[in-house]
Amino acid sequence: MIRVQREDFDLGAELVALTAGNHKIGGLAVFVGLVRDVVGEEALGAMTLEHYPGMTEKMLERIEAEANERWPLEASLIVHRTGRLEPGAQIVLVAAASQHRQAAFEACQFLIDWLKTKAPFWKLEETAAGPRWVEARSNDDQAAERWTGRGPEAE
Amino acid sequence: MKLLYFAWLKTKIGTAEEELSPPPEVDTVAALLDWLAARGGGHAEALADRNALGVAVNLEYARPEDPVGPDDEVALFPPVTGG
Repeated sequence: MIRVQREDFDLGAELVALTAGNHKIGGLAVFVGLVRDVVGEEALGAMTLEHYPGMTEKMLERIEAEANERWPLEASLIVHRTGRLEPGAQIVLVAAASQHRQAAFEACQFLIDWLKTKAPFWKLEETAAGPRWVEARSNDDQAAERWTGRGPEAE
Repeated sequence: MKLLYFAWLKTKIGTAEEELSPPPEVDTVAALLDWLAARGGGHAEALADRNALGVAVNLEYARPEDPVGPDDEVALFPPVTGG
């Protein structure tokens, strides 16, 4: 399941709901992205997440489908927030459940790595110097390339 | 044709969305970017560095040689930075 929303999410409740009733699940791996209070040497006041309604959901669904093709998952979840978020806030939740831990760990990392390079979201940082759009990081591309294969845009 | 702009492209061009009617010979992504840049002003500034530009046609990532037409929704944006 994927969701894009402005509201915060209840981490515990999300994970309970994700695994409820499926007793084939032996492991659940989770990644939660949070807003840091520093960017480089500067204090960060807040961050605003913009997305492309329609396309963002479509890409997240495709990334999740790809993870389910590559690993034997019993459940998977991507929740991504948009709008203005202050330090400490949850930005993104990615979770993958499988019978065994290796598939869960790998699928979880794959989901966040591909999300970062393929899902249309953009971050605007607010610091004392004013607002500034975040530039893409080449090490995010390298992390995504680890999972060799065709990207969702190539389908 | 519906054009959508995100992040700093929206700021430079000065709008999030506009309806434009390129001439029929503007039938690929590359030709559309050339045509938009030739409008000058914010469009030219926003399109100065094509390498740093992502394009989607009808909610799918597109390449320079991909076709575009009058009924398409075309989005221009910088490299994505979610997560």
